Amino acid sequence: MLVTNIEIIPGKRVTKHLGLVQGSSVRAKHLGRDIMAGLKNIFGGELKGYTELLQESREEAMERMIQQAEAVGANAVLNVRFSTSSIAAGAAELFAYGTAVVLE
Amino acid sequence: MTDLIIFLLLLALGYGFGRYAESKHYQSIIQREAEFRDIPAVTSKFPPLTKPPSDVELVTGSVVISVDYFKRFIAGLRNLIGGRVTAYESLLDRARREAILRMKEEARAFDGYIIFNVKLETSSIHKGRKNGIGAVEVMAYGTVLIKQS
Repeated sequence: MLVTNIEIIPGKRVTKHLGLVQGSSVRAKHLGRDIMAGLKNIFGGELKGYTELLQESREEAMERMIQQAEAVGANAVLNVRFSTSSIAAGAAELFAYGTAVVLE
Repeated sequence: MTDLIIFLLLLALGYGFGRYAESKHYQSIIQREAEFRDIPAVTSKFPPLTKPPSDVELVTGSVVISVDYFKRFIAGLRNLIGGRVTAYESLLDRARREAILRMKEEARAFDGYIIFNVKLETSSIHKGRKNGIGAVEVMAYGTVLIKQS
């Protein structure tokens, strides 16, 4: 499965458009990480735990998007976009969407 | 009285550690930016058709950075009189540059030579007290072109 955020791939032609596919994942941080983040809020600096957590959930969102693309018989997802929103205190939604296509 | 002492202590800790962390981070950013200068990251949407057929791969880089206590206090004062909040400007600048560097690191792992359609996504994920900015997440993503062997 080829996943990219450009629309035209040099040397490859799109033979069929299959429409929008999407995947999302909502994650909450656990208490230990919240306490560490509270401390970091005094000293400043990177919150490594959160970086990892968001990376993991983004991968999961992409994984779900790819599953959907496979289900409709695509072999590539083009023009992928990501979006993040915090839906409640302590939880974030990661969302990935793109166009499923068949490449020659 | 003890409240005031705690407040001043936090302020001093934030100032000291925050400044140290920021200057160290900027040093490492400048050094790594020089290292990755051979992989340009451009925002144009379409690779020129003159480019040889390439493999493509989605690369991402993300970072969550927290502001320190002192800066949050200064930004709070800024809110009274208005104007540029330089405390937060440097925070976002650091986060964006770090995210782009991490994306380039991933591109280097794929042996890519240029990154197209770079997009930056910013969100404030952790609210501090009284809903002030606690931490920002910046994510950079793009498509790297890889020479076909």
